[in-house]
Amino acid sequence: MLLLAFDTATPAITVALHDGTHVLAESTTVDARRTGELLAPGITAVLTAAGRKPGELTGVAVGVGPGPFTGLRVGLVTARALGDALGIPIHGVCTLDVVAYQTKTEEPFAVATDARRKEVYWAQYTDRFTRSTEPDVAHPSLISERLTGLPVAGEGAVLYPEAFPKAIGPRHPSAGALAELTIRRLQSDPDSLMFPEPLYLRRPDAVEPGTRKRVSTS
Amino acid sequence: MTALKDSPLVLGFETSCDETGVGIVRGNTLLADAVASSVDEHARFGGVVPEVASRAHLEAMVPTVQRALADAGVTLADIDAIAVTAGPGLAGALLVGAAAAKAYALALDKPIYGVNHLAAHICVDQLEHGPLPEGCVAMLVSGGHSSLLFVPDVTGDVQPLGQTIDDAAGEAFDKVARVLGLGFPGGPLIDKAAREGDPEAIAFPRGLTGPRDAPLDFSFSGLKTSVARWVERRERAGEKIPLADVAASFQEAVVDVLTRKAILACKENGADHLLIGGGVAANSRLRVLAEERATKAGIRVRVPRPNLCTDNGAMVAALGSELVRRGRAPSHLDFPSDSSQSVVDVVVR
Ligand SMILES: [Zn+2]
Repeated sequence: MLLLAFDTATPAITVALHDGTHVLAESTTVDARRTGELLAPGITAVLTAAGRKPGELTGVAVGVGPGPFTGLRVGLVTARALGDALGIPIHGVCTLDVVAYQTKTEEPFAVATDARRKEVYWAQYTDRFTRSTEPDVAHPSLISERLTGLPVAGEGAVLYPEAFPKAIGPRHPSAGALAELTIRRLQSDPDSLMFPEPLYLRRPDAVEPGTRKRVSTS
Repeated sequence: MTALKDSPLVLGFETSCDETGVGIVRGNTLLADAVASSVDEHARFGGVVPEVASRAHLEAMVPTVQRALADAGVTLADIDAIAVTAGPGLAGALLVGAAAAKAYALALDKPIYGVNHLAAHICVDQLEHGPLPEGCVAMLVSGGHSSLLFVPDVTGDVQPLGQTIDDAAGEAFDKVARVLGLGFPGGPLIDKAAREGDPEAIAFPRGLTGPRDAPLDFSFSGLKTSVARWVERRERAGEKIPLADVAASFQEAVVDVLTRKAILACKENGADHLLIGGGVAANSRLRVLAEERATKAGIRVRVPRPNLCTDNGAMVAALGSELVRRGRAPSHLDFPSDSSQSVVDVVVR
């Protein structure tokens, strides 16, 4: 097995290569504005570091968000194109689940990532493997009461300490963890792997025009 | 046939606006031009909604590649090089095409060229009318662009001569079509309505044609406002709007200015060929008037067929093919997409 994993749903552009037993190489850069520039070179970097070729890949794991749309789509279209070009399967994993897996926590907690516009993408977990709510997007103050006392992982907790006082790590997902989690699911629960469809959770901003505005003042 | 086989096979991607285009070209021969458009999803908004376009690009990308390969009767393993629009265009939309193209290039281990959308609009005519003459003038007119360019070398030397200072020509068509209640996109609807009308019925203004105005720049915002005012005055007076006459007179005002300035650009630069591209190049009156005025001035007009004038992947593949043929260096895998890329940057490295 040679699994390529990456996630672009947060400011971290993270890429890893996994052989079924170990993470062979990992590359992470935090720069949300350069996802389109950093992802493809990140992929060649992990392949080169491990001395492998694209043609040797047996699968792709990709974080499907939720996350800011532009960066998220770079990851998803990259995964779909690689899957098409190499004739290999693509496995979608919720990005919040990757952060949850990285907490190594067996107690209830939540994950919150930056959704911009003063909101967070979030979900609740009973332990690091088990999500108990659907991913959603909300203003931190509206969910802080629900999460009273619960530790919160992800950048959302760092950005909104008043709403989420018990911040725990990690801040961003890592592709090495995404690869591990994907392999676990492939073995134990392959149905939990999703088609790489983005979790936007918001509709596009667009307004239908009303009645035509007059241009004359008189 | 041998020469054809020897030319490299180039796969081109275009996602700068609302069309997901994938084209395949060998040399100057067009093998496939697959386009998926999200135009219907934008119609009720009266214009392209960037996020709606970007979402549609993601969904259409792989199926459009597969359709292009099937149409061309080739496989990905046959591809020699990849080209993709790096800019200008809608930022989020450009990124989807660039990321896809980079992934295919990486997986296939082939060179990639991040290219300029406007240069691609020019180069596409090679697929239909053969090699471009050195030093032609190109007029690109669409919902996104209105520019006059001098083109000594489409792979590396494209010089801006003039452009719109406000609305693009195609944008003016869209806005006037809305004023007239015709729908979106406005270009073909106005063209059709105008056929029954009198182009001299109403004297709409010709923007930027005064003695002190920049001779090769355009302005269409004042014209659009003037049409809206004219229509409102009739509506307020309870008069019927002569749709066909308004459409014809508006269209005449646009194409009169476009063709006048295009001919002037040719004369000033000693060019004996005028190339017209972009969606508005499909306008029937523009084609007729350009031909008429060019013939008088001893200039030859080249206009690709309508589906090569609008945004498509074949034009990007055509430019990619020319870059390969001339031995130009490809881009690095980390090249940026640039929503406001200047036309002087034909390839982003
Ligand atoms: Zn265009």
